[in-house]
Amino acid sequence: MNPDASTIAAGAPIDVDLTPIAEGQDIKVFWRGKPIYISHRTKKQIDEARKVNVSSLPDPQPDQARVKEGHDQWLVVIGICTHLGCIPIAHEGNYDGFFCPCHGSQYDSSGRIRQGPAPANLAVPPYQFVSDSKIQIG
Amino acid sequence: MSGPSDYQPTNPALKWIERRLPIMGLMHSSFVAYPTPRNLNYWWTFGAILSLMLGLQILTGVVLAMHYTPSADVAFRSVESIVRDVNYGWLLRNMHAAGASMFFFAVYVHMFRGLYYGSYKEPREILWILGVIIYLLMMATGFMGYVLPWGQMSFWGATVITNLFSAVPYFGESIVTLLWGGYAVGNPTLNRFFSLHYLLPFVIAGVVVLHVWALHVAGQNNPAGVEPKTEKDTVPFTPYATIKDMFGVSCFMLFFAWFIFYMPNYLGDADNFIPANPGVTPAHIVPEWYYLPFYAILRSIPNKLAGVTAMFAAILVLAFLPWLDTARTKSSKYRPLAKQFFWIFVIVCVLLGYLGAQPPEGIYVIAGRILTFCYFAYFLILLPLLSRIEKPRPVPNSIAEDVLAKTGGGGAPMVSTVIALAIAGALFGASVQNAMAEEQQVPPSQKWSFAGPFGTYDRGALQRGLKVYKEVCSACHGLSYIAFHNLADPGGPGYTTAQARAFASEYKIKDGPNDQGEMFERPGRPADYFPSPFPNEQAARAANGGAAPPDLSLITKARSYERGFPRFVFDFFTQFQEQGPNYVDALLQGFEEKPPAGVTLPAGSFYNKYFPGHAIKMPKPLNDGQVTFDDGSPATVPQYARDVTTFLMWAAEPHMEERKRLGLQVFVFLILFTGLMYFTKKKVWAAAH
Repeated sequence: MNPDASTIAAGAPIDVDLTPIAEGQDIKVFWRGKPIYISHRTKKQIDEARKVNVSSLPDPQPDQARVKEGHDQWLVVIGICTHLGCIPIAHEGNYDGFFCPCHGSQYDSSGRIRQGPAPANLAVPPYQFVSDSKIQIG
Repeated sequence: MSGPSDYQPTNPALKWIERRLPIMGLMHSSFVAYPTPRNLNYWWTFGAILSLMLGLQILTGVVLAMHYTPSADVAFRSVESIVRDVNYGWLLRNMHAAGASMFFFAVYVHMFRGLYYGSYKEPREILWILGVIIYLLMMATGFMGYVLPWGQMSFWGATVITNLFSAVPYFGESIVTLLWGGYAVGNPTLNRFFSLHYLLPFVIAGVVVLHVWALHVAGQNNPAGVEPKTEKDTVPFTPYATIKDMFGVSCFMLFFAWFIFYMPNYLGDADNFIPANPGVTPAHIVPEWYYLPFYAILRSIPNKLAGVTAMFAAILVLAFLPWLDTARTKSSKYRPLAKQFFWIFVIVCVLLGYLGAQPPEGIYVIAGRILTFCYFAYFLILLPLLSRIEKPRPVPNSIAEDVLAKTGGGGAPMVSTVIALAIAGALFGASVQNAMAEEQQVPPSQKWSFAGPFGTYDRGALQRGLKVYKEVCSACHGLSYIAFHNLADPGGPGYTTAQARAFASEYKIKDGPNDQGEMFERPGRPADYFPSPFPNEQAARAANGGAAPPDLSLITKARSYERGFPRFVFDFFTQFQEQGPNYVDALLQGFEEKPPAGVTLPAGSFYNKYFPGHAIKMPKPLNDGQVTFDDGSPATVPQYARDVTTFLMWAAEPHMEERKRLGLQVFVFLILFTGLMYFTKKKVWAAAH
C-alpha cells in the first residue's frame, strides 16, 4: 500500500523561477501534492524573524537555519500545518507570517510556530538555488 | 445458537434438509423459541433497529457503489449524477447518508442503555467488548464513507483524521504514507478508502454474528438486572420480542424517514457541496456530529500526541468497563448514586459534542478541558469508587416479581426529560453549519414556495430565473450539472421537450475530434450540459481579478449560515432548510454603492452586506430593468433575485417535489403500519402481563 511507481515519479524535483515574485509577496506551488509557500520577505520580516530569542520558541530554530545563506529574503516552507495538516494562510496572524484557520496555530515570518496547538515549525522542503533567481525543490 | 433445538419439521423436504444441515433448527432456537426476559423495555428494541440499519446500509451501499466512480477527478460529479440521473438515486443517497447518522444515533442509545442497566457485567464481558469492536469498526467505516463524495469537508476531514496517526512516535509518518498511498491525500487515498468502506460493513456483520452468538449464550440482561431463574421469568422470542421489535423499528423508521424525505441536508455540512480543493482549507473543519465528543477531547489537550492518545483512550476505556465498575448490582435502577451520575455523564457527552462543533478558542477550550476530565473521571475514578461506597437498594428476587411490582414508575418523567434534552443536544451539535465571519449579517428569512413538507417550485419563477441566469449570470458562472433536457423534467421549469430542444440549439457546444482530428462547434442537443463560460478554473480566476466565479449548480446548498441555538432545534420540526436560498437572495440584493465609514475595500472589490468579510469581487450583477419578463412581472432587482434563487434551488435539488410527494406517501404508510404494530403488540402481550 505504499506509493506506486507513477506517484513516486510524479514526485520528482521541480524548478521554480523566482523573478516574478516581488518583495513582500509570496506564491504557492504544488510539489508532491503539497503546497509549498515561497515568500519574498521584506527587510522588516527578516529583522522580526531574527530578533526573537530563539530559546523562547516552542520549537527552537534560528531563522538562519531555515533559509539558505546569502538568500536570506527567500523563505521556502511546506504550507501544511504541523498540527493536523490544514493549509495556513500567508500574511495573517499576529506574527507577520502564517495563520492556520483550522485550529488557530500561528507561525512567524520564518514559518516557526509561535502560538496554538501545532507542535513544530512549518517544515522546510529539500531545495537548492540553481541560480540566484531559480530554485529546485526536491 | 443456544443448544439443540426441539424443532421438528413435518414437511418431508424440510426434514430432508434438516437432517443434513439443521439450519431451520438453528433459526428456530435463536429467534423463535429463544427465551427472553419478560420485563424488557423499549430500550431493548434498539438491537433489532441496529440490525435493520446495518442491513439497509449494506443494501443501499451496494447499489450506490454500482453508480459511483472512486476517482478524485469525477467522484464528486458521480455522486451528483447518482442524485440527479439514477432512478431513485436521490432516495438511495439520502437513505445511505442519513442512515449513517441514524445508525450512530441508535448505537449511542444502545450503548447508553448497556451502561445504565449494567449489561457489561459478568457474564456479558465478551459480549460488551465485541460491541466496542463493532463501534470502532463503525467509526472507521463512517469516516471513510464520508470521504467518498469528495467534497471540501470530505477532503479536509480525511486530511485531519489521517494526520492524527502522524502523532504516533517513530512509525507515525510511515503509517500516514500507507493511508495516503502518496505524499498527500489524493486519488490513491480515495481508492483505498472506497475499497475499505465496501469491506468493513461485512466485517461488522461478521462481528455482529459473534455479538448475537455471545448474547444468546449469556442471555439478555434486563431492566431488573437479575438473571431469569424459572420459566415464569421469560417469554419466547417469537411472537413477544419479535412484535415488540417490529413496533420499535417502525417508530424508528418514522424518525428516519423525516430526515430522508424532508431534512436530507440537516445533518450534513454545506461545505461538502463544494468539490474538494487541496489548495483551500475551509474556515472551520467539523466532523460529522457522531464524532464530535471525541473531536472535542482531541482539541482540549494542547499537546498533539497526548490529544490523539486521549481521543483513542476515550473509546478504548469502554472495553475495560466490566473491570472498572465492580458493583454487584447490575441495574442502575437499584443504584441511587450511579443512576444520578449516569445522567450527568450523558449530559457531559452531549456538551462535549456541542464543544466539538465550536471554534477552539477562549471559553470553549477551558470548558472542553473540564468536560474531558469529567468524561475520564466517570470511568476511572467514579465507577470504581461507587462500587465500593454505594449502598444499593434491594433487587427483586426474580423477573416475575419485578413485573408484578411495577416499580420505577416515579422515575420515568425525569428520565424522559433528560432523554429529550440529550436528543436536543445531539441535534445541537449536528446542525452546526460552516462558521462565517463574526460580524456577519444574517440574511433575512424569506417565504419560499418550495419550503415545508408540501413545497413545490413556482414554475413562473423557475422560467423567469432561467432567463435571468441566461442573460446575466451565465456570463461568468457555469451551471455544469444541468443538462438542457432537465428543463423539460417533471418538477422542473415545466418546458416541453420541444422547447428544451429549441433552447439547447441556441447554444454552441464544443465537440470532437472529427475525422480530421479537429475540435468543432455544433448547436446544443438536449443531452448536452450548460456550457461553462471559462475553459478551466485558472482562466476563470485570471479573468475575474483572482476570484473564480463558482459554478451555480449547487450554490443554494453549498452556502449557509449559523441558525444558532435554539432556532435550529425548531428548524428540525418546521423543516427549515432554506439557509442557502436566503443567503443567495440576500447577497444579490446586498450590494451597497459606498462601504460604511471606516471600511476600506481592497482594489477591485465591492461592498456587500451579506458576503463573509464584505469584500466581494463580483460587481453588482443585477440592476432594475436589466431583464424584461414576458409575463409582466416587475423588472426589479428583488424580483430578479427571488426568481434566479428559485431557479438555482431547483438546479441544486431537481427532484425535490418528487422527494416530498413520496415522503408523504411513505409517512401515511408508516403511521398506519406503526399503529397496526402497536395494537398487534398489545394483543400479543395481553396474555403475558
